[in-house]
Amino acid sequence: MSKNNTEVSPLKQKILILYSGGSALDSEIVAWSFFDATENKKMVTGDSDEPPYESVFDAMKDGWRVIQISPIQSFQPGTEYSTGYLKFEHVLEKITPTDG
Amino acid sequence: MASFVNEGYLRFDKIIPKKLSDKVFKELKKNPNHKWWLTSGKPFSEIWTNNVLGDIFRLPKVEGIIQSLVGPNPRYDHHFPHRVEPGKLEAQNWHADSIIDTRTKHFDIQLFFFPQDTPRQMGGTLILPGSHFRKVQESEISRYQNIVGQLPIVCKAGSLFVTHHNIWHCAQPNRSRKLRFMLKLRLNPTVRQINLWNTDDLNDPEIDQILMKSQPWTGVEGRIEQVLRIKLWRFLTDNQHFDSRYWLTRIENEPTTFFDNQQSGVYENKGV
Repeated sequence: MSKNNTEVSPLKQKILILYSGGSALDSEIVAWSFFDATENKKMVTGDSDEPPYESVFDAMKDGWRVIQISPIQSFQPGTEYSTGYLKFEHVLEKITPTDG
Repeated sequence: MASFVNEGYLRFDKIIPKKLSDKVFKELKKNPNHKWWLTSGKPFSEIWTNNVLGDIFRLPKVEGIIQSLVGPNPRYDHHFPHRVEPGKLEAQNWHADSIIDTRTKHFDIQLFFFPQDTPRQMGGTLILPGSHFRKVQESEISRYQNIVGQLPIVCKAGSLFVTHHNIWHCAQPNRSRKLRFMLKLRLNPTVRQINLWNTDDLNDPEIDQILMKSQPWTGVEGRIEQVLRIKLWRFLTDNQHFDSRYWLTRIENEPTTFFDNQQSGVYENKGV
C-alpha cells in the first residue's frame, strides 16, 4: 500500500544460479538452481536434466540481470591439483510484480 | 576398478536374489529404528551374524566386491535404512557424507542396497558420477539443484550400488504409492588398498580410456580431475610411474643433471 492508499503490486525476486564450465559468460552451463519467490515453491533436486540456458550470456539475452560473477581465483600453494565446489557461479535475477 | 576410479561408483543389477531382497524389505519395515552407529569400528565379520541384513552382504559375489575395494576384514562404520514415504514430494539436498575427508588415497565404500524395484517415479537416490574427488563440507553443496550428468538410481529389486564414500548424492521424491527403502552400509578398509582386485588385465589399453573419460560437468577442471584419477590409479596399482597422456610425467620433470660446457656433456650432481 502506498502513501496515498493506492494499491502497489509487491515486487518479488526470482533467482537463477548458473554454474558454467569456464569463466567466460558464454561457456557451457554445467549446473543450475532456481529460487522463485513469486511462487513460493521449494527447490527440488534432480527435477531436470537439461540446463535452462546454454550459457549465462543466453540467459542475459532473455532478460536475466547478472548480480554476481565468480572471481577468477589464484591457487593457494598446495591446492593446485585439488577440486572442490563448482567453480564459476553466476547469480542472476528477475524482479516480478506479484499479487501479494 | 578403473571405472570406479573415474565414476566413483559401480552398479550391480539384481545381484541379490529376490527372496532375500523381499526378506530385507520386510525386516526394514518391521524394525525401522534398529540400532546403528553403536558398533562403529567393529570388524564387519562380527556384525549381523544372525540377521538377514548380514546374509546379503555375505553372499560370495558381494564379499568379492567388498574385498576388491576395501580388502579383507573391513571395519563396520555405520548403516542406515533410508525410508521414503509414498507421496513424499520433497527431495533431499545434495550432500557428501561425513565431514571434510582430506584423504586422497584410501577410501571407504558405501553400499546402497535397493530391496525393491525402484523406478524413477519412486526416486531413488540421485548421484553425481565423478564427484568423489571434490573436497567439500557435507551439505554445503545444498545450493545446487541440478548438475549435468547427474544419475538417478533406477533399478530392479536386489540391485546394489557401491560408491566411494565421498560421492555427492541425495534422495529423490517418492511420487509412487509405495513405501521405498534403501539400505546404506559404510565399510572402512583395514589394509592398504593396493592390488586388492583381480589385476590380470592391468595392462589392458582400455584402462586408459576408462580412466580418462570426461565427466560432463567438470568444465575446465576436467584435466585436474584426470590428474587426480592418475594419482589414485598409481596408488591402487602400486605403480608410481603410471601416466596417461603425459600429464604427470611432464610436470614431474625436474632433471638433476647439469650440462657441462667444456666437456660438452652432462654429469649428475651428486650433491643434490
